[in-house]
Amino acid sequence: MGELKLMKGNEAIAEAAIREGVDAYFGYPITPQSEVIEYLMAEKPHERTGMVVLQAESEVAAINMVYGAAGAGKKVMTSSSSPGISLKMEGVSYMAGAELPAVLLNVVRGGPGLGTIQPSQADYFQAVKGGGHGDYKMIVLAPASVQEMADFVELSFDLAFKYLTPVMILSDGVIGQMMEKVEVKEHKPRMTDEELIKRSPWATVGKPKERERNVISSLNLDSHIQEEHNHKLIAKYKEIQEKEVRCEFIDCEDAEYVIVAYGSSARIAQKSLQLLKEKGIKAGLIRPITLFPFPKKEINEIAAKVKGILSVEMNTGQMIEDVKLAVEGKVPVSHYGRFGGVIHSPQEVADALDQKIKGGFKDE
Amino acid sequence: MSKDFLNDIIQPENLVYKKTELMTDNTLSYCPGCGHGTAHRIIMEVIEELGLAEDTIGVAPVGCSVLAYDFMNIDMQQAAHGRAPAVATGIKRCFPDKIVFTYQGDGDLAAIGTAETIHAVNRGENFVIIFVNNGIYGMTGGQMAPTTLPGMKSSTSPYGRDVDMMGAPLKITELMAQLPGAYFVTRQAVHTPAHVRKTKKALKMAFKNQMEKKGGISFIEIVSNCNSGWKMSPVQANQWMVENMFPFYPLGDIKVDSELINKECLTVDLKGQ
Repeated sequence: MGELKLMKGNEAIAEAAIREGVDAYFGYPITPQSEVIEYLMAEKPHERTGMVVLQAESEVAAINMVYGAAGAGKKVMTSSSSPGISLKMEGVSYMAGAELPAVLLNVVRGGPGLGTIQPSQADYFQAVKGGGHGDYKMIVLAPASVQEMADFVELSFDLAFKYLTPVMILSDGVIGQMMEKVEVKEHKPRMTDEELIKRSPWATVGKPKERERNVISSLNLDSHIQEEHNHKLIAKYKEIQEKEVRCEFIDCEDAEYVIVAYGSSARIAQKSLQLLKEKGIKAGLIRPITLFPFPKKEINEIAAKVKGILSVEMNTGQMIEDVKLAVEGKVPVSHYGRFGGVIHSPQEVADALDQKIKGGFKDE
Repeated sequence: MSKDFLNDIIQPENLVYKKTELMTDNTLSYCPGCGHGTAHRIIMEVIEELGLAEDTIGVAPVGCSVLAYDFMNIDMQQAAHGRAPAVATGIKRCFPDKIVFTYQGDGDLAAIGTAETIHAVNRGENFVIIFVNNGIYGMTGGQMAPTTLPGMKSSTSPYGRDVDMMGAPLKITELMAQLPGAYFVTRQAVHTPAHVRKTKKALKMAFKNQMEKKGGISFIEIVSNCNSGWKMSPVQANQWMVENMFPFYPLGDIKVDSELINKECLTVDLKGQ
C-alpha cells in the first residue's frame, strides 16, 4: 500500500516521480508550476533514490537535457507552464522524430504571450496537434485531480516506453495549485544499467564491440527515407488511437444533453450536472482522459442518443473542433468557457447549457 | 602497376599507419581540404588510445558535422542547433562514469547555443567540448557567423563584416576561460602535421581530465578553414587562415589545470583588421 498525503498537484507529481523511480528531472521555474522543482530540490531525491534533479538555464536547455538522458535510455521528465512549454517544443519535435520516451508536464496558464499566471486550458491545440514543427503527435493525458497528477506519472512512462514517444501531462493552474488528499504509491526501484540496456537496446550508453553503434537522430537527408520514417510514425499514432483511448462517462445513460470537458473543467462540470438536474435537465458528462488519442468513437456513439453536446473548456473554443469531428454532424455542438485565467463556476456552466437549450441548442 | 605488385606491398610487416577502427568506412561528406575530417580522426584516435571506445557517447549538433555519427564508430546523439552542451549535460548527469563530448561549429556554439555553452561550462560539467571555428556557417552555404572576421565577406555580409553594424567577432573561447567551471581551455589547429600532433595532445589531455574527474569542462577550439565557404582553394584557404584567422584567434593554451596562463588574449584588439 502507498501513503496518504495532503498535497498540491504540483507536489504530488514530484513525489510520484521520485516513487516511480524516475532517473532524472530537468526543469526551469515558471508560475504556476515552480513547486515541482522546488519540491524535488527540497526532497533531495538523489539521497532517496539516486534521482538526478537539475535546474537548467532555460526551458530550451531543460528539454535538451531530457533529450540527452532519454537518448541514453533513462526515465526522464520535465515540467513547465505555457510560455515555457512553447520553448520546449523544439526539443519535443526532435524527440518525436528520434522516437525518444520522456514525460513533460504543462501546468497551463492563460495566454497568448506572457498572458496571465491564472489557470487556463488554452494550450489544447498546442498539446494535441503536436506543438512543434513537423508531422507528429504526443500522447496527451489530462488529469482532473491531484490523485491523477500522481497516478499519471506511472501511466505516462509506461506509454512513453511502450510507444517510444514523448508524453504530455496536460494539467492547468487549478490542478497544479489545489490541495487534495492523494495516495502516493510505494517506491519502485530505479532500473540498473543492465535492465536499462535490456529494455532500451537502442540507447546510447557506449558501444560494446559486439554491437553496431547506436545513433539517436531525427535527421534524414534523403526525403524518401524521411517519408518512410513519417509512415512509421503515422502507424504508431494509429495504433495509439486504436488502443490507448481513455475516458470517463458520468450520468450519460439517460442524458438528453452531454457536456464534454477535461481536467479542471470536468471537475467543475461534474457539479454542474447536479445543478442541471435541479433545473430538470437530464445532462451527462464525457471526460476525455486522453486528449490524444481523442475518444472519437465514444463521443460519436453518445451523439446518436442525445439532443446536443456542449464542449466546456477554459479557452475560446479549441477541443470543440475535435468534438465536432467526432460527432460527424449528428447533433449540434456548442462551446462554453471562461478564459484568460478566469475559471467558470458550476453555476455558469449550468446556466449556459440551460440558456442554449432555451434558444433551441444550435450548432456553433 | 600490376595487382600482384600491390599485393606484395600490402603485408602486415609493411604497415606503418592505419585508420583507427573508430572511424567508419563511410566516405566523408566534407569538402576536400576541410579540417573536419582530420579533427574527427584524431578525436577517434585519442578515444581508442585511451581505451574509451565502449564508454564514450558523442554529441554532434546542426552544421557540417551533423553527420559526424556516420563517421565516428561510437554511440552518438544528434542534437538540435546549439543544444549539444545541454544534451551532453543530460547524458553525463545520468552516467557520470561515462565519457561524453560535444563536437560543435562556431555558428552552433557561439551564436544559437551561446546560453547552453556558457551555462554548461559555468556549471563545470565534466565533459569535453570540441569547438571547430571556421568563421562561417558552412553547411547552410557560407553565411556570416559570430566569429566572421571584420571585413570578411560571406553570403550575408557580401561587402564584408561591418563591425559597426554587427559588432566584433565573438572570442567565445576567451570568454569561457574566465568561467570557474572551465578546467582546460586551449586553441589549436589541424592544417599541418605539427599542428595535428599538438591538437591531438590537447585532446588527450582533455579526455584524461574527464576520465580523472578533474572537475570542469575541457574546451578545445580548433581554428579551421572553410575553403568552399571562403571561395578559395584548400591551399589558399589554409594560407588565408594563417594570415588572418590566427592573429585574431591566436593558438595556444589559455587555461590549464584551472589556471589562466594567457591573460593577454582576453582583450579584443580590432586594430589592423
